[in-house]
Amino acid sequence: MTEVRHRGAKDGEPPLEQQPSEDKGSDSELKAEKDAVSDNESKVDSGVPEVPVSADDTPEVLNKALSGLSSRWKNWWVRGILTLAMISFFFIIIYLGPMVLMMIVLCVQIKCFQEIITIGYSVYHSYDLPWFRTLSWYFLLCVNYFFYGETVTDYFFTLVQREEPLRILSKYHRFISFALYLTGFCMFVLSLVKKHYRLQFYMFGWTHVTLLIVVTQSHLIIHNLFEGMIWFIVPISCVICNDIMAYMFGFFFGRTPLIKLSPKKTWEGFIGGLFSTIVFGIMLSYVMAGVRYFVCPVEFNNDSNSFQVDCEPSDLFQLQDYTLPGVLESVTGWTTVRLYPFQIHSIALSSFASIVGPFGGFFASGFKRAFKIKDFANTIPGHGGIMDRFDCQYLMATFVNVYIASFIRGPNPSKVIQQLLALRPDQQLYIFHSLKAHLTEKGLLPAVEAAA
Amino acid sequence: MTELRKRGGGGGDPDTADNISDKEAESDDRLGLPGDGEGEGDVDSKTDAPDVPVSTADTDNTPECLNKALKGLPPRWKNYWIRGLLSICMISGFFLIIYMGPITLIFVVMCVQIKCFHEIITIGYRVYRSYELPWFRTLSWYFLICVNYFFYGETVADYFGALVRREVPLQFLARYHRFISFTLYLAGFCMFVLSLVKKHYRLQFYMFAWTHVTLLIVVTQSHLVIQNLFEGMIWFIVPISIVICNDIMAYLFGFFFGRTPLIKLSPKKTWEGFIGGFFPTVVFGFLLAYLLSQFQYFVCPVEFNSDTNRFMVECEPSDLFVLQEYTLPAAVQSTLRWKTVTLYPFQIHSIFLSSFASIIGPFGGFFASGFKRAFKIKDFANTIPGHGGIMDRFDCQYLMATFTHVYIGSFVR
Repeated sequence: MTEVRHRGAKDGEPPLEQQPSEDKGSDSELKAEKDAVSDNESKVDSGVPEVPVSADDTPEVLNKALSGLSSRWKNWWVRGILTLAMISFFFIIIYLGPMVLMMIVLCVQIKCFQEIITIGYSVYHSYDLPWFRTLSWYFLLCVNYFFYGETVTDYFFTLVQREEPLRILSKYHRFISFALYLTGFCMFVLSLVKKHYRLQFYMFGWTHVTLLIVVTQSHLIIHNLFEGMIWFIVPISCVICNDIMAYMFGFFFGRTPLIKLSPKKTWEGFIGGLFSTIVFGIMLSYVMAGVRYFVCPVEFNNDSNSFQVDCEPSDLFQLQDYTLPGVLESVTGWTTVRLYPFQIHSIALSSFASIVGPFGGFFASGFKRAFKIKDFANTIPGHGGIMDRFDCQYLMATFVNVYIASFIRGPNPSKVIQQLLALRPDQQLYIFHSLKAHLTEKGLLPAVEAAA
Repeated sequence: MTELRKRGGGGGDPDTADNISDKEAESDDRLGLPGDGEGEGDVDSKTDAPDVPVSTADTDNTPECLNKALKGLPPRWKNYWIRGLLSICMISGFFLIIYMGPITLIFVVMCVQIKCFHEIITIGYRVYRSYELPWFRTLSWYFLICVNYFFYGETVADYFGALVRREVPLQFLARYHRFISFTLYLAGFCMFVLSLVKKHYRLQFYMFAWTHVTLLIVVTQSHLVIQNLFEGMIWFIVPISIVICNDIMAYLFGFFFGRTPLIKLSPKKTWEGFIGGFFPTVVFGFLLAYLLSQFQYFVCPVEFNSDTNRFMVECEPSDLFVLQEYTLPAAVQSTLRWKTVTLYPFQIHSIFLSSFASIIGPFGGFFASGFKRAFKIKDFANTIPGHGGIMDRFDCQYLMATFTHVYIGSFVR
């Protein structure tokens, strides 16, 4: 999160404001860094060259439209317009459906990976290392193949069983993935060049940590998506809302600095963001929980060979009456309130987004300071790279996935049946008899005497 | 694998060869880390200005009694005797813990894992001179505990199902296991973010990444070893023994016949050693599989008996461990004059395991060699006299453990 959150009416700002709009090269980045961070940091290892960030990327049309305004306002207008553009884009892809969403998640993942790897190359001047670019992308492909293979096997089970080549790929999936990874590993070992061992190991480590962060979590996002699009939309919207609200509150009321790492974040912004995000989350959940398109698990229909989102909404998405505790009763004058249970879960999600989510942003800020870069890349004018926008989302995706697994999802009956059908006949008979005994004991099955 | 595999009459003193290869490991990475110039000298050579500070890994750790017993011999033979004695010690130790049963094995695996983690992290501290970084030692160990808790929790919930259902606190921990693990990890993550100190950002991020890659390598694979163990102790013993055999056989073949260098990374490995290690290992694996398949103790899945609260290894052996007749192909029939041969199917699997151990396993060793050259260290640590650290002995085992696990998942289960 690289937004500038003012500290109220302090002096040092105006020069800071003008910097971003004028950055045309690494010099201004360095100056902005110096103003933003305390001086010692940039003086310490001046021997480390800066990572060049590409120049101002604002499209010509925007530049012309805003040519009249002063540079400070121009920056805000650019950021504001781009924010609106991104949010509209978000709505469009939601409308287009699960398939498109998966594609977008995949593209975002690839772009984030590319941004972080490029930073690694610049930091280590390792752009010319033999094989290394190929190997990084190869590892990305392997890990994606592994994860998507596991997902496809789960969700597209019937389709996979039908097609013979898919069935073989699915049965030996782990072995194939491991063999592919091993090939990359052996290529790495064979590519070690005498003078560059340390560099190559650094890049190997860098690639793997990036894969760990970027790929596993984009994958959790897709898992969340399959639970129901609401589990994808609400967390992301909560994080975006928290970003914007904390920015606004910090802008208008910000006074007490929050953490030394990001000197422009303030406690007022933090707390203001927390409350507004919770309210926003509750309202958004209310709006969405009523629509089947968002609430139903995404399923692949074997007959029509397309995704469908049609089901009987679970209890989570049925309005229920809750009795208010005594305190609230006297305040609001209502005895009961009708809510979706999901709205209560949304409070937990919003709280996480506001309280722990920013740590993802601090982590990214620390990373950028550590490697002396202003933004991850310059893909989005006024905002930086894709990673800049998604740094808080990652922790959120993992949290939602863990939350669903722990508190929402029970064991999936259809999955259990799938596993049962894959067993040997004698094992199936054994399970059948145990189950029958169990159900008879519980009284769910009438006690039938087995024919002697 | 830091054994010296001589090139027959080619090279000279192994120590000199080591020195040369250390100097060749100079890298010109422009990281701004001071003093990246010279290679670190060997134990015997002068160590005036090492870039990576000399650790206890490079000083002689041989116990006094051994030193006295071998006083008379020249240093070269003394080294071989020490290595030989320690090899025999380690192999006997291996037999002993197998005899003592699954619980001891799990415990030993865990200790090995902790020691490997400690060795690699210590190297990281020395490389980055980050020993005084605030919090970092605590955080590294905390992350190790978190990841272990996560993995062992998943295993326990699976294998100890009945026990878990009985005890209420265990039930609670099992149901919310992922959430609890995630929370613990997050706490560590937030502590890391809060511990970032202005002048040391880059160092702290490096150590964070170093810790995570180490965890990825060490913990996940020690965990796969334990899962293999639960399939049946034979799936634990045979792969490890095969790797050890390959090490020893390749060493001996290289010693006696070695001539053509194998890879620039480890100049003392030879093609003769590589190929010579392959065939005896396959034969050894075949014979060992035959020997062990007869015992229920090795062959049965390890199960936890909820009534007696102990592990038991008793079952009806699966088809894999029942002798079967195989018709030999015509070509082999004419040479051997046998029509059929009775084998355990597991012996055929063992051929694949041996091939992997001989062909791909060494890449784990090359990786570790490259790592040691990159960071200019001779051994990971000096825990085992004559052999180096625990990581030195286990570097080839890791790839093997993952392979065995994937193999079981794909072809056996």
